[in-house]
Amino acid sequence: MLKKYKEILLKPLIDENPITLQILGICSALAVTSNLTVTLIMCLALTSVVAFSNLFISIIRNHIPTSVRIIIQMTIIASLVILVDQILKAYNYEISKKLFVFVGLIITNCIVMGRAEAFAMKEKPLPSFIDGLGNGLGYSIILIGVAIIRELFGSGTLAGYQIMPLSYPGNNLLLLPPSSFIIIGLMIWVIRSYKKDQVEDKDFKISDHEVTPNYEKKELNV
Amino acid sequence: MNESVMRTIFVAFLVCLFCSMLVSYAAVSLREDQLSNKLNDQRTTILEAAGIYNANESVESQFQSLTIKFINFETGELLDNYEGIDINNYDQVKYSRKEGYYTLLSEDEDIATLRRKENIGKIYILENTSNEITKIILPIRGYGLWGTLYGYIALAGDFNTIEGLEFYDHKETPGLGGEVDNPTWKKKWIGKKIYDNNNVSLEVIKGSVNSQDDMSIYKVDGLSGATITSRGVTNMIKFWFSDSGYKKALQDLKDA
Repeated sequence: MLKKYKEILLKPLIDENPITLQILGICSALAVTSNLTVTLIMCLALTSVVAFSNLFISIIRNHIPTSVRIIIQMTIIASLVILVDQILKAYNYEISKKLFVFVGLIITNCIVMGRAEAFAMKEKPLPSFIDGLGNGLGYSIILIGVAIIRELFGSGTLAGYQIMPLSYPGNNLLLLPPSSFIIIGLMIWVIRSYKKDQVEDKDFKISDHEVTPNYEKKELNV
Repeated sequence: MNESVMRTIFVAFLVCLFCSMLVSYAAVSLREDQLSNKLNDQRTTILEAAGIYNANESVESQFQSLTIKFINFETGELLDNYEGIDINNYDQVKYSRKEGYYTLLSEDEDIATLRRKENIGKIYILENTSNEITKIILPIRGYGLWGTLYGYIALAGDFNTIEGLEFYDHKETPGLGGEVDNPTWKKKWIGKKIYDNNNVSLEVIKGSVNSQDDMSIYKVDGLSGATITSRGVTNMIKFWFSDSGYKKALQDLKDA
């Protein structure tokens, strides 16, 4: 039993990572990763929302009518997000100002909905909670990695503390959102070169052809 | 069984009821903390505008160094007392909507698109040990692109030179109009002057200021991609430093 829970918790960290394997939740990964403190709070917010939405949805999963199931999931997720937002506003106003709309946008984060649909609707409450936790952590690992690279090389600090020598000029590209695209892309490349089974099948196959053109063959181009 | 219409409605109702209770409980029980955070944030903005904010000290104690006064916009008088209202609790934005405490603005007057203006404002003064005013911090607000920008502007003891500008609330697009919060841009305001021969000449221009220009101390670089926000900031300055704003009071202070 314990082994099963451990697997549910650890699998989404690398093997089934929501960002690098499923390419979900990229929006906030681009937006909130220029500063490590902000990223950590965002990760905490998302992880608690996924874990608890999974838990609550799983508890009432047998009573949810299929015709309105998405709306019911959304209601639960939205309430939890508002709750997190209110708590942030009360206890960490600075960060909540910096996170701006992104906490609210957790509602539409595909990871949360995805886990509710794919896992919590079928499984018991405890495994669902752990699954939510695992996916939240999988999201967090990638975000924290991106944030460390962006903040350290972008502004030379980590969570606001100066790490690089003050003469470090800072890389402006890393402070702009598109840089996270590049970093996440590189992460996916690294992960997939170790875990070959994550490599997707090609959508299209190039038909048989010769590499060197055959000049003997004469084709009419009419 | 699960799929009947009545049951669907019943489950949906229960979920909604439970969720709304949770949300309203959180909103009500955390309200106090949220309001005090908001107030603290506003005070931090005032201190930042004045350039005296120190992150290591409590905002409350730093705020004590400022003298708060009411200002009567019509006469330009500074008052210590106004109808017995506690000055610390006076929220002039709220009073601009309270019957009997505001004046409707005529179309020519209303440059900053406010529609109405409170009769009494609230300003902050920083004095040195010999009771001379070294800085005066004035609230300003005006319409940008998506909503009203709320901020504070600090003037030096000559009541003309800007010492700082900060916004504490706005709804401008992040990255474009939202750049009003950009420290580099805010720094460009320091040292600029508002009045040229008693006319408000300060404006946010398009592009960057030519330092050879004689009028360069009355011009601030525009925000690229945010023409309407930039214009909004200009209008805000034009309005609040005109006769319907602080002009009379500043004139009196200068003469005194």
